[in-house]
Amino acid sequence: MNYFPDEVIEHVFDFVTSHKDRHSISLVCKSWFKIERYSRQNVFIGNCYAINPERLLRRFPCFKSLTLKGKPHFADFNLVPHGWGGFVQPWIEALARSRVGLEELRLKRMVVTDESLELLSRSFVNFKSLVLVSCEGFSTDGLASIASNCRHLQDLDLQENEIDDHRGQWLSCFPETYTSLVTLNFACLEGETNLVALERLVARSPNLRSLKLNRAVPLDALARLMACAPQIVDLGVGSYEDEQDSESCLKLQAAIRKCTSLRSLSGFLEAAPHCLSAFHPVCHNLTSLNLSYAAEIHGSHLIKLIEHCKKLQRLWILDSIGDKGLEVVASTCKELQELRVFPTDLQGGGNTAVTEDGLVAISAGCPKLHSILYFCQQMTNAALITVAKNCPNFIRFRLCILEPHKPDHVTSQPLDEGFGAIVQACKNLKRLSVSGLLTDQVFLYIGMYATELEMLSIAFAGDTDKGMLYVLNGCKKMRKLEIRDSPFGDAALLADVNKYETMRSLWMSSCEVTLGGCKRLARKAPWLNVEIINENDNNRMEENGYEGRQKVDKLYLYRTVVGTRVDAPPFVWIL
Amino acid sequence: MDEFVNLKETELRLGLPGTDNVSEEIERVSCNKRALQGDTENETESSMMKMETCPPRKAQIVGWPPVRSSRKNIIQTKKNESDSEGGRGVYVKVSMDGAPYLRKIDLSCYKGYKELLKALEIMFNFSVGEYFEREGYKGSDFVPTYEDKDGDWMLIGDVPWEMFVCTCKRLRIMKGSEAKGLGCGV
Repeated sequence: MNYFPDEVIEHVFDFVTSHKDRHSISLVCKSWFKIERYSRQNVFIGNCYAINPERLLRRFPCFKSLTLKGKPHFADFNLVPHGWGGFVQPWIEALARSRVGLEELRLKRMVVTDESLELLSRSFVNFKSLVLVSCEGFSTDGLASIASNCRHLQDLDLQENEIDDHRGQWLSCFPETYTSLVTLNFACLEGETNLVALERLVARSPNLRSLKLNRAVPLDALARLMACAPQIVDLGVGSYEDEQDSESCLKLQAAIRKCTSLRSLSGFLEAAPHCLSAFHPVCHNLTSLNLSYAAEIHGSHLIKLIEHCKKLQRLWILDSIGDKGLEVVASTCKELQELRVFPTDLQGGGNTAVTEDGLVAISAGCPKLHSILYFCQQMTNAALITVAKNCPNFIRFRLCILEPHKPDHVTSQPLDEGFGAIVQACKNLKRLSVSGLLTDQVFLYIGMYATELEMLSIAFAGDTDKGMLYVLNGCKKMRKLEIRDSPFGDAALLADVNKYETMRSLWMSSCEVTLGGCKRLARKAPWLNVEIINENDNNRMEENGYEGRQKVDKLYLYRTVVGTRVDAPPFVWIL
Repeated sequence: MDEFVNLKETELRLGLPGTDNVSEEIERVSCNKRALQGDTENETESSMMKMETCPPRKAQIVGWPPVRSSRKNIIQTKKNESDSEGGRGVYVKVSMDGAPYLRKIDLSCYKGYKELLKALEIMFNFSVGEYFEREGYKGSDFVPTYEDKDGDWMLIGDVPWEMFVCTCKRLRIMKGSEAKGLGCGV
């Protein structure tokens, strides 16, 4: 290969797109390292504190797309206090100063400000795509800057962000000459939407493929929008209340019939069930259906809709569908690959809408299933063993039994054997979340069998440090380990410090680790940032001889090449 | 461990039961479950145990279940709507001494004693006075009582709200001399 001119090698490298593969080829030799770094288009940074913008630009001067992730996963459940970090501003500032021709920015769990968005919109002439997932800190004013200044914008995709809605006119900030919109997702905005501006925008966007509306877009507006955009592939319905307006319903039905390219349906944020039938004509083409926010729709209407969706690959639903509904899914959706069942009763001990029977039915009926997230009230080892036998192809298996420490409800045994069967059968398992009553035994199984496991979530499980040690010693590919309310302490934390260099991060909250243990770890591993998060004033960490007994409430550690971060708030103590 | 839970249920406390008069307790249970936070007024439990016999109302754990706030909000809205429609329907007869006919109320409509007594006051146009743990109700001729599962006439307010809803068969607002035994004390 080295006798070829660089341009030829570069051309070959163009076909190598995955981050892992690009990383591998960069390690082959110096010449390949150099060619690879100048030709790298897409950079993925899984932890924004593992590296800094300057080093990023030194290594990859020509990239076009950047993906950054900030807060740890448990931030989604309010375990990370406000102000912890993950600020995108320094990144945008550094990129703006450089000559990078940024075209795409994808952020997850980061703090984004209106200032950042304004700077972004003014700094990159060819900017095309902004995807914000679970971010916070900005308002619709920031969106107005993007709309006003990004002439070549194609994607504005806002997923589950916390956005301060100033009910402004951001939609009307897109110039009249702007016609390149491909993706527009503002479902997470809470406020009113300028319907006129929206309709005009959609009408002049012939390339529009994905449109996800917020709850302020009513039925009649939806009908008009769909009439303007029959080429739509991915639709998020906003407010779908039955206004007893049969004319709107008829118009909607007519418009829907023309949307022959529609493959993905979501939203129904405020939905009256009987309108769902308007979508039946397009169901046979749907590959993705997300009804997980449609709390108003009951099981029977869901089932009627799903019965038409024979090509479904992805289904996100609420547990109000019930076991019976899941049986319908199992017999109808033979192409199903990913299923998520979310809870409607958060406290548990109430309605048992879905049980282990639903899970077993799905596993038996859907041979292509590889990803599942399942919230339920009860589970049995027998069911999990059956599921493992039916579906050895799981890549992601996340089971959340709502009540912590709940055993097998038939045998009263821990669920060790059930999860053990899953990890033993599913040789490609990359992500696992466990729940229910679990002893150290389940971790023995995980360490022994889950050789490909990259992410593990543990809550209210285990008996002794041995549990955590089984996992750390056994799972060679572990990248992210997050643990809460489990009795793992310093012995497990400190057993193999070098292990953390092979991982992205470790989160431990409400466990048994002590301040003394964390300090020892930080001393042994200077290439780690060991963060103690302590929001509780009463629990102030003190420099005294009792460190050995002082339990740490939240520990977050991650490997980094740039040392201690400088933007940590006072309640974060970096050892 | 179950005994421990029950002791808590029958514990005598100062002030009107069902109100947030118990300071948050941070307990270390053998399985190392951490401090729990309840945000409603009626959270009286402060420990989560291995469950088979679950107490009727569970304490809330921070960040559990692992569901995003945006999802929790839609469920909460739906719950509030259905709660305001009357909930499970625990209907009991209410009689007042001297009144010509009885009434019926749905106990599940109310979140605690305060709301219930307020509703009764409005319904029968009277006032109950103030509840004291030792002396009962002072300041009024009327005393709210209820008949429990054992057939005994009990003073309303002594036991935790959830327990009351489960054990209450009927209500009776006693008046006058008969009430004095249960009402103003010394």
